[in-house]
Amino acid sequence: MSMQTWYLLVPLAPLFGAIIAGLFGKFIGRTLSHVVTIAGVAISFIASVVIFQDVQAGHTFNGSVYTWMTSGNVRFEVGFLIDPLTTMMMLVVTFVSLMVHIYTIGYMQDDPGYQRFFSYISLFTFSMLMLVMSNNFLQLFFGWEAVGLVSYLLIGFWYTRESAIYANLKAFLVNRVGDFGFILGIGLVLAYFGSLDYATVFARAPELADQSITLWKGHDWSLMTVICILLFIGAMGKSAQFPLHVWLPDSMEGPTPISALIHAATMVTAGIFMVTRMSPLFELSNTALSFVMVIGAITALFMGFLGIIQNDIKRVVAYSTLSQLGYMTVALGASAYSVAVFHLMTHAFFKALLFLAAGSVIIGMHHNQDIRYMGGLKKYMPITWVTSMIGSLALIGTPFLSGFYSKDSIIEAVKFSHLPGSGFAYFAVTAGVFVTAFYSFRMYFLVFHGKERFHNAHHHHHDVVEHEENHHAGPPHESPWVVTIPLLALAVPSLVIGYMTIGPMLFGDYFGNAIYVSDRHPGMQELAHHFHSAFAMALHSVMTLPFWLAAAGVGMAWFFYLKRQDIPAMIQKKFSLIYAILERKYGFDDFNDWFFAGGARLLGGGLWRGGDQTVIDGWLVNGSARLVAWGSRVIRHVQSGYIYHYAFAMIIGVFVLVTWFVKTTG
Amino acid sequence: MLGLPPLSLVIWVPIIGGLAVLATGSDKNAPLARLLALIVAAAGFIVSIPLYTGFDATTSAMQFEELLPWIYRFNVNYHLGVDGISMPFILLNSFTTLLVVIAGWEVIQKKVAQYMAAFLIMSGLINGVFAALDAVLFYVFFEAMLIPMYLVIGMWGGPNRVYAAIKFFLYTLVGSLLMLVAFIYLYFQSGGSFEILDFHKVAIGMTAQELLFIAFFFAFAVKVPMWPVHTWLPDAHVEAPTGGSVVLAAITLKVGAYGFLRFSLPIVPDASQELAWIMITLSLIAVAYIGLVALVQADMKKLIAYSSIAHMGFVTLGFFIFNPLGIEGGLVQMISHGFISVALFLCIGVMYDRLHSRQIKDYGGLVNKMPVFAAFFMLFAMANSGLPATSGFVGEFMVIMGAVKVNFWYAFVAATTLIFGAAYTLWMYKRVVFGSVTNPHVEEMQDINTREFLVLGVLAICVLAMGLYPKPFTDVMHASVNDLLTHVSQSKLP
Repeated sequence: MSMQTWYLLVPLAPLFGAIIAGLFGKFIGRTLSHVVTIAGVAISFIASVVIFQDVQAGHTFNGSVYTWMTSGNVRFEVGFLIDPLTTMMMLVVTFVSLMVHIYTIGYMQDDPGYQRFFSYISLFTFSMLMLVMSNNFLQLFFGWEAVGLVSYLLIGFWYTRESAIYANLKAFLVNRVGDFGFILGIGLVLAYFGSLDYATVFARAPELADQSITLWKGHDWSLMTVICILLFIGAMGKSAQFPLHVWLPDSMEGPTPISALIHAATMVTAGIFMVTRMSPLFELSNTALSFVMVIGAITALFMGFLGIIQNDIKRVVAYSTLSQLGYMTVALGASAYSVAVFHLMTHAFFKALLFLAAGSVIIGMHHNQDIRYMGGLKKYMPITWVTSMIGSLALIGTPFLSGFYSKDSIIEAVKFSHLPGSGFAYFAVTAGVFVTAFYSFRMYFLVFHGKERFHNAHHHHHDVVEHEENHHAGPPHESPWVVTIPLLALAVPSLVIGYMTIGPMLFGDYFGNAIYVSDRHPGMQELAHHFHSAFAMALHSVMTLPFWLAAAGVGMAWFFYLKRQDIPAMIQKKFSLIYAILERKYGFDDFNDWFFAGGARLLGGGLWRGGDQTVIDGWLVNGSARLVAWGSRVIRHVQSGYIYHYAFAMIIGVFVLVTWFVKTTG
Repeated sequence: MLGLPPLSLVIWVPIIGGLAVLATGSDKNAPLARLLALIVAAAGFIVSIPLYTGFDATTSAMQFEELLPWIYRFNVNYHLGVDGISMPFILLNSFTTLLVVIAGWEVIQKKVAQYMAAFLIMSGLINGVFAALDAVLFYVFFEAMLIPMYLVIGMWGGPNRVYAAIKFFLYTLVGSLLMLVAFIYLYFQSGGSFEILDFHKVAIGMTAQELLFIAFFFAFAVKVPMWPVHTWLPDAHVEAPTGGSVVLAAITLKVGAYGFLRFSLPIVPDASQELAWIMITLSLIAVAYIGLVALVQADMKKLIAYSSIAHMGFVTLGFFIFNPLGIEGGLVQMISHGFISVALFLCIGVMYDRLHSRQIKDYGGLVNKMPVFAAFFMLFAMANSGLPATSGFVGEFMVIMGAVKVNFWYAFVAATTLIFGAAYTLWMYKRVVFGSVTNPHVEEMQDINTREFLVLGVLAICVLAMGLYPKPFTDVMHASVNDLLTHVSQSKLP
């Protein structure tokens, strides 16, 4: 098989599965539906491995599949760019997707929308692959919106639930705000570069580095800054960066497998991937990089705080995802693109693991998601317990585990950045280590250790509505093998992938030309200077601040939630204002609902009643009709039928005419 | 086909066929009327296909030309011909007519022959509008097509149909009278010719150009419709039967936009450039203002009517930024809107036939009862929100791309449709389709039948095909659009 065939196979195999399961799912039944979709994703994964090896052998590819359209001397193409960055994303996406597909067999077994669910997640895999494999901005936008569509469909999967259909509309609209910026950025790229093809645009970027653009009179902006910030606004939507982060916590209304696949491991990292892909543009604007870094730092720290007070197991992990996405964004701002995608990769494994483990806990707890009613689960769910521990340890950056290598590298890279805002970013990511450790282990201890509190559960939150008949169906139980196998399969890379790949990915030549870093940003070189081996890095870390911050976080969580459980309650009472602010999520949701949603409806109503109905229809349209009617009423009086009226009018007329005639001629 | 001139066929097959349907008379013969109407509509569509297959995309010259003297005294001719700008709309129109006949199959039970005949005759007349190369002939078709639509709204419409029909008729008539005056002026300026292509060559002073532009503006802006002469459209849609809304949205609006390209831009290029800022401003108001107005509509048909106005704003915006992406984007948007708005009006028709309400609040939880319908409706709602891989994306994308080149802020305002379009469409979808069933009448609703599935399925294929591969649509336009842009860039001041 030629390599081109392998390339096509990667996205088309899941698409085929999605179409079969989506259109014919009712006819072929549940088993065949999951067989065909899982086979599709498995083929896609195998093809990704084949392509990975081919790329490792030095065979990159950049070519068109078909011409989508031509207009105004521009060819809009659908095509693939296969390079080390692409293959890394392909492997992550197809592997996590495969695990999630298998897991879904167990998680969704009683759901009436079984086939539909498999169709959606395969369609998602297709869309995400088209996004990462694109060689141009147009197809990137296609994939970008397509993953948004599937995310919308999946958040609202349980469509009778009011909260789910609120959350999916919110997710779609907030993402559209990001896309609004994104498409304008793409428009500027086309207007100035005359092409949407990556290679053409990146090659011409240095020429336009000093180009300025006048957005309003007297204010010139650097073109690159404007383009990069607009593109990044797109990333802020998709990767849930402050202040467009508001949709991600609510997206937890979707079934847990998609929280793992879409809202943790892959789709939300599309923004990180995109900025990395655009490194030749972002490198030309320090302003844009500063902006990226500050937004990332705000997200990393302040979303972490929110994770501390959540009681819903999925929401804790969701805020953790927000915070970790902030870390990746900070790395982008520090020009450490390879570090950002490295963290993207390690995070995909351990966060997918944590979500799937949370899902396993939810199954075991008969669909109660409140961690206040758990505790002591390690006895009942040993595999889930061990894998959760691995995921949590990886997340907080325990030396030798995958998260350690990526997160520590981010902190180091920020230290070497000299852009405005890097001081704040360094503080945020360092303090974030403590916060991460604290909320992660708060959850871990509350779920798996301590007293068993599930006997007095109230069951007020149910993940699967159809499961309500299973209330109080005995003690927690370990999940079936289709659930635990993916947990184990994800635990392995969570443990070792960082140790194995940090050398080649960050300091070797794995990425080659796929990522461009300007000489003006030497952070990565300095980082490489300090790096000797993965082993030495881990050993050295025990003498650094982040290690002790993480340890302190774990220790404090242990003390607060296992030893002295009265302390958290006391703190909550003492600092009720801070608690209220966190409880209200800094007020963003309230503000958006009031200002944007309410404002738009108010304005729309005002324009409709005031503009359309009163002014245009009332005054102009019906007004001119009334004017005609009024005019005819007035004129009618003249037609009185009396001869002397007419004669009088005639005499007046003659008089006026004669006067005018005399005047003009005389 | 059979050696007969194709353009005359696409005009007269539906008209003569429509008269034949009319001749079946009362509702006793309704089955015959339906069958005959289907045959005529299918024939009308089939005879339009050679226009695409036999089209030479390399030239901007008029093709399939026919020329016969008509009124010798005033040098008025029966002159037909199409280029890459007009040809796609003849196909779209013939295609839409076929769908309308199928969609009205069981729904229309009263005056069936008259209903079907009105649509068939209207189809022939509209084809005439797009094919006419003689100004008087154009004017005759342009006015005549109003009559069947007036009757459709007035006879098969809702409770307030008479107000809506008269509003529609007067609104559009007033505008076209000014156009007739413009034609007569141009007749004298061109030395006694009503040939539209001759009009393109006449040198005209600036004041005259501006007056002509204003005359054309009133004729065409009302039809598009552009803000602020748009208020007839929501009323007409709400009162019109489903078929009427379909043709109104798919074709009638396009006639106005087509007029700008055929008359305003090439005949008065200097005034077009001079006054483009007005057109752009009105277009952007249509996108943003109407987007917000659509958000608060409680009646689904009104909502889609307002959404049509916003989408047509993209068309006029694209035309008056004078670059290939903009104009071709506008044309693509016209075709795409033909598919999507038709599909959405048919979807509302499907619901209305079952529940006899168009109020959003009367629905909710439809997906529980009509899952197949919900899937189709989802696709069309997403297309209306401009999702990539549907046709709705292509035109909007092209116009936004073209607008950035001219002025970043044009694109900025236009791109708000990404947010507003999604907001009003998906919010409606959420309230109608998602959730639990609360209205007991919704509980009794049946999913779509085979006929409805067929119509929506065909439209779904069109929407997806055009979204995934728009090249065949734009390829036929290039030569004509480039020629048009050359005309616009050449001053006609004497």
